[in-house]
Amino acid sequence: MDLSGFRDPVIARGLIEAIDTTAAKLGRPVKIMEVCGTHTVAIAKNGLRAVMPENVTLLSGPGCPVCVTANEDIDIAIELARQPGVIVTSFGDMMKVPGSYSSLAKEKADGRDVRIVYSPLDALALAEREPDRQVVFVAVGFETTVPLIAAAILRAQAAGIENFSIFSAHKTVPKALAALADDPDVQIDAFILPGHVSTIIGSEPYRFLAEQFGTPGVITGFEPVDVLQGVYMLLKQLEEGRAEIEIGYHRGVMPEGNPTAKALVEQVFEPIDADWRGIGVIPGTGLGIRPEFDHYNAIKRIPVSPPPPKEIKGCQCGEVLRGITLPFQCKLFGKGCTPEHPIGPCMVSSEGSCAAYYRFTDYGRS
Amino acid sequence: MCLAIPARVVTIEEGRMASVDIMGVTRKVSLDLTPEATEGDFVLVHAGFALQIVDEQYANETLEILRSIPDFAEDEGIALEGA
Amino acid sequence: MRADRILLAHGSGGTLMKELIDDVFVQEFEEDALKRLDDAASLPFPGSRVAMSTDSYVVHPVFFPGGDIGRLAICGTVNDVATSGATPLYISVGFVLEEGFPIADLRRILESMRDACREAGVHIVTGDTKVVEKGHGDGIFINTAGVGVLAEGVDLSGSNVRPGDKVLLSGTLGDHGIAIISTREGLEFSTSIETDAAPLNRLIANVLAAAPDARCFRDPTRGGLASTLNEIAEASGVSITVEETSVPVKDQVRGASEMLGYDVFQVANEGKMVAIVPAKQAEAALAAMKTSPYGEAAAIIGEAAESAPGKVYVHTSFGATRIMDMLVGEQLPRIC
Repeated sequence: MDLSGFRDPVIARGLIEAIDTTAAKLGRPVKIMEVCGTHTVAIAKNGLRAVMPENVTLLSGPGCPVCVTANEDIDIAIELARQPGVIVTSFGDMMKVPGSYSSLAKEKADGRDVRIVYSPLDALALAEREPDRQVVFVAVGFETTVPLIAAAILRAQAAGIENFSIFSAHKTVPKALAALADDPDVQIDAFILPGHVSTIIGSEPYRFLAEQFGTPGVITGFEPVDVLQGVYMLLKQLEEGRAEIEIGYHRGVMPEGNPTAKALVEQVFEPIDADWRGIGVIPGTGLGIRPEFDHYNAIKRIPVSPPPPKEIKGCQCGEVLRGITLPFQCKLFGKGCTPEHPIGPCMVSSEGSCAAYYRFTDYGRS
Repeated sequence: MCLAIPARVVTIEEGRMASVDIMGVTRKVSLDLTPEATEGDFVLVHAGFALQIVDEQYANETLEILRSIPDFAEDEGIALEGA
Repeated sequence: MRADRILLAHGSGGTLMKELIDDVFVQEFEEDALKRLDDAASLPFPGSRVAMSTDSYVVHPVFFPGGDIGRLAICGTVNDVATSGATPLYISVGFVLEEGFPIADLRRILESMRDACREAGVHIVTGDTKVVEKGHGDGIFINTAGVGVLAEGVDLSGSNVRPGDKVLLSGTLGDHGIAIISTREGLEFSTSIETDAAPLNRLIANVLAAAPDARCFRDPTRGGLASTLNEIAEASGVSITVEETSVPVKDQVRGASEMLGYDVFQVANEGKMVAIVPAKQAEAALAAMKTSPYGEAAAIIGEAAESAPGKVYVHTSFGATRIMDMLVGEQLPRIC
């Protein structure tokens, strides 16, 4: 399969011209928000902001699941790492994110057994190899990743693996979008909807954006042409006065999503409230492990009580995550908060808005 | 949260796993989410799992439409440089 | 030599240590200077300017696809000395061995070092070894220092680059880093990518002969091409722009990088060289690089400019420009 067309500069140029034309016809300023860290990076890495017409602003929303993990959850992961006999496994993304007092990377430096894995199945395999240790997997991520964790739990159960458990800090996207659309401080005209989250959940869950809020959304892929296509389709909707949920990323997303994956999630997880760092509690946006799988729930198996969480003073991540403040408008950006010495999660995470701006654009550099 | 890349299914292995090829690199991934995948299919791989089969027809259709965008713009009376 | 593992006693300066030195180090290295076993080597030196470099090697695992810590240790220091334009001549080696390290593994590593020295045309003339208790050492650490002779008039430096200069790269990017990561627990994937560790002193000499006004050479090791170019851009007060489509990258390296979320510009290389030369000498320099077995895939990948001093840009395959950022800390595989 030849997918190189999705990086083709000639196709890209055609789309940019079409975007210019449509934006000109629209005439008014529009704010388009993406809510997926991978889009944040794709836009920054491909220099797409620079080719947008004057009246189109691309904003980054709370799409970095690492950035929106509550301090308290990171503190719990750290407390788990401090328990004797526990190996904490994690995706690389989480290692450097600061909790209230420490980070997984710092704990590792202090001698705790914290290991990076690429897949929850690697953590499961580790549990099989180390029967005398408790292997905990720190599960962070949106709907793209949740089915994998559900599958890992079911595999553990089927294989009778007793020393494997999951600490779930998962979150879901659609209700968070509702909170953003409902927030008077946040004024978004259209959403670039996450590609791979939608691979799992399909397009239905976003319908309310169009029907309730009159806000168009386009499910978009991650190659530069995909992103431009998404922007073009959104501008077309705005220009024609439509508000629909469209799939731009046809090759990767079906309207019904992935029913097998959805069933796995339904079997293992149930919706709970979740605390989004910098935003607050958004009801029903978390996923808790169902009681019948308590056995694989790390905080049930290894109860811990970390010290009370505390927030960082001066950090404006909350406003950045909601698109109210642009990264370089944060008082700490580049001065006190840099990728080398990050203060907030937006700068630490490799796909946080601030890190993306700092790394790929001239904004952060004097 | 969305880093997933297309990979070609090379062989189906036991235990609902498959060996996939990403530009010459091979890895074992789980087919728990895509039990219907067979050899030769392209799948999106995320953290050791296949999320979905990539629809080649849709991919080609999309590219065709995108390639013709400059023509649409021309219809609307806008001249494109280098088109 | 009867022991099959390193014992603490091997480091204590007594007869067991002598056995280790005679039967393992001196035997494997096959160097006349070492057979004399003096504390210092006194050596002929064909010139008056010395170039000297040192580096320590702590890579883990010590054996990886296509190479080992020994080959790295020799090639790394040979290359560092050669980037100054000097002809590398002599190497010193220092070992810190962990109690329990298998002697058979040590021999393999020493053979590797011997072979690399022969290929580069350098000699190990002095060495040292210490042993630390089990748990305090990670198997083996190696330090190498190298000296070379620098001809009169050769002045290569990362601060010499001027606007208009061309940036050359001797071959494919990212091979070493991907080879290493493919062995790491929890990230295993199958690849035929091997380390590119290689001595590049002859390649450098050829390029210098073809492009006598070359500004600098540097090997993009830790931190990859991004670190190297950022350091040079800052030192010289120029900006550098790299043409993404002209950077040679093997398909498998691209595939592995995409899978893990790595930026291939930040992945380590051990047998590649960046050379920056005046535009008029770029084609000659490129041709000279290609004559070396390690420079077959060489390419001109970018250019220095006056504006935006200290910044490094990538002109992407898609046609936009973005910053080539330097690595902060470790590069970690990601899912986001």
